[in-house]
Amino acid sequence: MTSTTPAIAHEPVSREKIIALSGEILSTCFQCQKCSNGCPLVFAMDIAPHRLIHSIQLGRTEEVLNSDTIWVCASCEICTTRCPNNIDIAHLMDTLRQISMKRGVKESQKRVPVFHAAFLSSVKRFGRMHEASMALTYAYRSGGIKGVREQFSLGLEMLRKGKIRPLPDRLMAGKQVNDIFHKIENGEQS
Amino acid sequence: MKVSYYPGCSLDGSAREYGESIKTVTGVLGIELEELPDWTCCGASSAHVTNDGLASALAVRNLVIANKIGRDVLVPCAACYLRLKSAEKELKSGKQIEENPGKYSSNIHIKHSADFIWEVCGEKAIREKVQKPLEKLNPVCYYGCLTTRPPQITDAKDPEDPKAMDNILKSLEANVKSWSYKTDCCGGSLMLTHPELAKKLVGHLFDMALEAGANCIVVGCPMCQSNLDTRQKEIMQANGNRYNVPIYYFTELMGLAFGSMSVDKWLKKHLTDAKTLLKQQGLL
Repeated sequence: MTSTTPAIAHEPVSREKIIALSGEILSTCFQCQKCSNGCPLVFAMDIAPHRLIHSIQLGRTEEVLNSDTIWVCASCEICTTRCPNNIDIAHLMDTLRQISMKRGVKESQKRVPVFHAAFLSSVKRFGRMHEASMALTYAYRSGGIKGVREQFSLGLEMLRKGKIRPLPDRLMAGKQVNDIFHKIENGEQS
Repeated sequence: MKVSYYPGCSLDGSAREYGESIKTVTGVLGIELEELPDWTCCGASSAHVTNDGLASALAVRNLVIANKIGRDVLVPCAACYLRLKSAEKELKSGKQIEENPGKYSSNIHIKHSADFIWEVCGEKAIREKVQKPLEKLNPVCYYGCLTTRPPQITDAKDPEDPKAMDNILKSLEANVKSWSYKTDCCGGSLMLTHPELAKKLVGHLFDMALEAGANCIVVGCPMCQSNLDTRQKEIMQANGNRYNVPIYYFTELMGLAFGSMSVDKWLKKHLTDAKTLLKQQGLL
């Protein structure tokens, strides 16, 4: 998948920062390509996983943080499982997404962080993820009324089949989950 | 035998038939499931993508409850399973996480539902309960990603070739087909954000299942089921193939073989027709 959106200008992020945040020892990578050969989504990536590691080693961090790769990765954990040097590549992808989300994600991939935000706001609010309102929130925030309309017929069929719980549970533990979110959010700001 | 049960968020909604069938078949096998009181979301795939600390805290909160109760935990969803196992490994490695004050010590096991039923109940107990052998059914078992990977977290003995569901289905006399796509990714986490990619992965699974001579696919994860069942019609339209591959939870087929009266109610919830095949075989 090639992106037509120009990269956003950001404060540079150093190779050392990525390595430190991920906690992975990237220098052990000897480019065997087992990660890329096993990856089910490599066909849709602009930088294959083994090359992504090499790019970080070379300090080409902007290229990595603006890649499509980190947003089409499905977290299937094949790369982590097969890496002979125990690099947790799936976790490295998480780290890159986390850094990228803080800086602002390019327009063509924005729907991925929009999805995760919709998911987590449901958990923060109710303690459990409420599927129907989460899907609706995502559809609206990523595609407006058109986005909602696109999901409408499937949603209706699922409702008819009894696969949708219309209202979320009200949990006693909801407050505790909300507190977890507040603590993490406050920690990020300080 | 009593076991703690962490259903996860889907089992009250899109995967209700999985939850109901698990309760039925474990009941038949003499297992009493006790839902973890006040369980909350494990964070699934969104928390670890967003913040490592959030991912740990959301999962650990549930582990702490499970530890207080002190029984093994049965987890039906692959994503929940990986998140809970991951939090367990973090705590066991000595990492301090606020939701678990003090030192972590625990003897409880976290088990995915298929592994639990196969390893704890076993072949003999399952075979004894079979009233309707599924001889004419030719399933392939599809495990997806997160019950087995990464094995350093999941403790999967054979992450590239898991066997629990195959063994269970063989004990129900089903003619289980072997295939090489047991643990290939279906793109579940991309279905809303990159549907064109997820549909490509799922379409390939259908093609390979049919090539292996299967007439249905058996799963043990609410996201795999939803991905393969709910979007089957769209995928069919997109790549011009005609599929009607029922996607069964392994527990639905156990219920069928055990003679449960609720099977019809579960299968009615599927979006891809799951009943015609069984009717043709005189099983329903």
